[in-house]
Amino acid sequence: MIAEAGLALLWLAAALSLLQLVLGWAALRENPILPVREADGEGDRVKRGGGANGLSMPLHQPAAGPPPHGSAAGRTLMNFVRPVAVAQGVLAGLAFLALIQLFLRTDLSVQLVAANSHSAKPWLYKFAGAWGNHEGSMLLWVTVLALAGAAVALFERRLRQDTLIATLAAQAAIGLGFYAFLLFASNPFTRLSPVPVEGNGLNPLLQDPGLAFHPPTLYFGYVGISIAFSFAVGALVTRDVGPAFARAMRPWVLGAWIFLTLGITAGSYWAYYELGWGGWWFWDPVENASLMPWLAATALLHSVTVLATRAGLRAWTIMLAVVAFSMSMIGTFLVRSGILTSVHAFAVDPLRGAFILVLLAFYIGGALILFGLRVRHVKEGAAFEIVSREAALVANNLLLSVVLGLVFVGTLYPLVTQALGHEISVGPPYFNAVAGPVALVLAAMMAIGPMLRWRRDALKALAGRIAIPVLLSAAALLAVVIFAPGIGWLPLFGLAVAPGVAAASVAPLWRRNLRRTPFFIFGMVIAHFGIAVALAGMASESAFTRETLVAARPGQIVGVGPFSVRFLGVTPVAGPNWTAIEAELQARRGGGAPAVLRPQARLFSSPPTPTNEAAIGTWWDGQLYIAIGEEDAEGRWQLRLWWKPFVTLIWLGGGLIALGGLLALIGRLRRERRGHPEEAAA
Amino acid sequence: MKRRLVLWLPLAAFAIFLALVAAGLYAPPDRAVRSRLIGQAVPDFDLAPGMPGRPGLASATLRQGQPHLVNVFASWCVPCRIEAPQLDALARRGIPIGGIAVRDRPQDLARFLATYGDPFRAIGADTDRRVQMELGSAGVPETFVVDGRGIIRHQHIGAIMPQDMAAIIAAFEAAR
Repeated sequence: MIAEAGLALLWLAAALSLLQLVLGWAALRENPILPVREADGEGDRVKRGGGANGLSMPLHQPAAGPPPHGSAAGRTLMNFVRPVAVAQGVLAGLAFLALIQLFLRTDLSVQLVAANSHSAKPWLYKFAGAWGNHEGSMLLWVTVLALAGAAVALFERRLRQDTLIATLAAQAAIGLGFYAFLLFASNPFTRLSPVPVEGNGLNPLLQDPGLAFHPPTLYFGYVGISIAFSFAVGALVTRDVGPAFARAMRPWVLGAWIFLTLGITAGSYWAYYELGWGGWWFWDPVENASLMPWLAATALLHSVTVLATRAGLRAWTIMLAVVAFSMSMIGTFLVRSGILTSVHAFAVDPLRGAFILVLLAFYIGGALILFGLRVRHVKEGAAFEIVSREAALVANNLLLSVVLGLVFVGTLYPLVTQALGHEISVGPPYFNAVAGPVALVLAAMMAIGPMLRWRRDALKALAGRIAIPVLLSAAALLAVVIFAPGIGWLPLFGLAVAPGVAAASVAPLWRRNLRRTPFFIFGMVIAHFGIAVALAGMASESAFTRETLVAARPGQIVGVGPFSVRFLGVTPVAGPNWTAIEAELQARRGGGAPAVLRPQARLFSSPPTPTNEAAIGTWWDGQLYIAIGEEDAEGRWQLRLWWKPFVTLIWLGGGLIALGGLLALIGRLRRERRGHPEEAAA
Repeated sequence: MKRRLVLWLPLAAFAIFLALVAAGLYAPPDRAVRSRLIGQAVPDFDLAPGMPGRPGLASATLRQGQPHLVNVFASWCVPCRIEAPQLDALARRGIPIGGIAVRDRPQDLARFLATYGDPFRAIGADTDRRVQMELGSAGVPETFVVDGRGIIRHQHIGAIMPQDMAAIIAAFEAAR
């Protein structure tokens, strides 16, 4: 019954999204352009900002013809769109809950459950198993899309009403295609006959507490960024690209970006400890698929500030909003079609790939055509000088776009070479070599940007402000060259840039009354500081990691970095659905207290799969990472040991970045509630 | 006018992406990692004997007119034990097999050959995996068919199973 109810809910939600689209369309036709409430205020703002030249005309041109307040029918239609969007979100959420319920009960008459679950699985993995497969993860995808639309319908009060309606209609249009994909090509509720006695079980790599929370978090960001896309489409439709629009869009972008940041950070840590390879980023197509929207969203976050504050970068901001979610959709396509091999690929089905490809062509192509047609009417905002906050943000945007382009090309390169007839794989050497240097320049740029004033600034004054960070970086460079000669130049510059960026990122708080500093300034400071922290962690991990690979007998002592590790022996252990060989090792540094680490080589019973559970010991200055391999004929065990100094900073930095985003979001929302229309020109 | 054209660039880029991906989707890729050296000469190498008293393996041997199988293996590699009977069968057919023992030790190697059979005419010790990498081999076991001029004609990735024998023999015959 639950499966049928879930399917019915899904159909209903799809019908509502069609209704939402049609209602929105009709309302906009009845009411082509609403009264331009904010046009005057906006013109004022720009003037006060000092950029009142001929270029700073607000975008919305009150069209000749339609009555100023639209028809009564149009207004009635508009009043329906919000409730429909909310109802659609609720129905999709219920359908997803139905699927979770099926997994919790291990209802093996449902094909998806039988193929991906098992009655002897701990409940957490039954729960998480709901999205550890193709159909379930697509349902989660659509649910987040619908919930995001519902959230906009419920909470967005600042956007011009016609733009809001167009936004909700765009969100419904995206939803419609993906509902069709679920219902016709990936139905999660299909029944199975005859009912099998037992399920196939979940991929043991995915049986990890991290998996219970990583995909939903990531999806909230990954799919939540669809709101930016719909906002952009809505604004293009109603020709409403201006500061007020940007201020309305910003909290949504921030919200999605926070989830995306957290999801990527968590995913990186999961790969680090679960895959047992000791690496934290593999440039796997799926990792890239989450990184690319993040890069675009980060650029968007900064350009939207220029639009909100200085009325500039209009076309560019719209473009980024389109690109960010396009990257999410392209990522979904790359992963779900199996066109690129990846550890995350669930199923390879060309039909599904073709389906998503058609959706992609329709949505992204449609948005880009709308962009080409409409954006030429968008006037660019106030002018600015080469040395100014705007210019720094433009540079930030360009650099982020370059990194995005490089990652995109690298991810797709196997397809290009395959089309040319020979296969080649593009691995970490390419990405590190091409994206690394650009990212370093970007980090340096990030240090300078917040120190600049809007519109124009003096180079001399800037030189005075960046003196301390530059000196710090130079000192760090010198120290590394002297004390740790011979490390690669990329980690070398990473170690040098990080302290300078850290110092520069807190500079905006210098000589400020901290109690009167708005939250979003703190947010920026913490997020930028987080970048410096993560950068330091990455550089240190890459420069100073020590690795030992040995075949050891119990009792033997192995050295790695500053540690001497005594291999005490192995014992068999058993978990709820696995058995394992567990090694016991005692790690000691200098005269310090010994720490006991227990890595496992696990064998899961269903499906029978070996996995490697690394043991990780954390010290204040790094992590000791031990994985156990096979036993050889003479009773020796393969052991891999890594000492990774300051590797934890990578994820600490990621957490700080997300925290900064959260503070900025709270700051923006509080300011909005107090009814501050203008931005602090800080 | 220029600005107008620029505005359509994203759409053009997206169209290229679509074309590329659509092509990729309808030509499902062969996921095997191929040696890019197929059809090319084996790289120059001269490996010391893997075991005392036995000949080592050099690329010069592979260029003396007679085709060879070159088997990349190791005593610590479990799938290599599984393919051992097939290699023995190939050796009994008179096919000369050269071994490249990757990251191995003489005493381990001797024990391995004593247990699982010894089909090799020569075994080279590739202690640092350099030759394996130059051959374009991604793992053990892997087997190459090399013709009499030292040109790589065929690559088999993974253990040679009974059902793979026909293909290997055919490739060897074709290399004569």
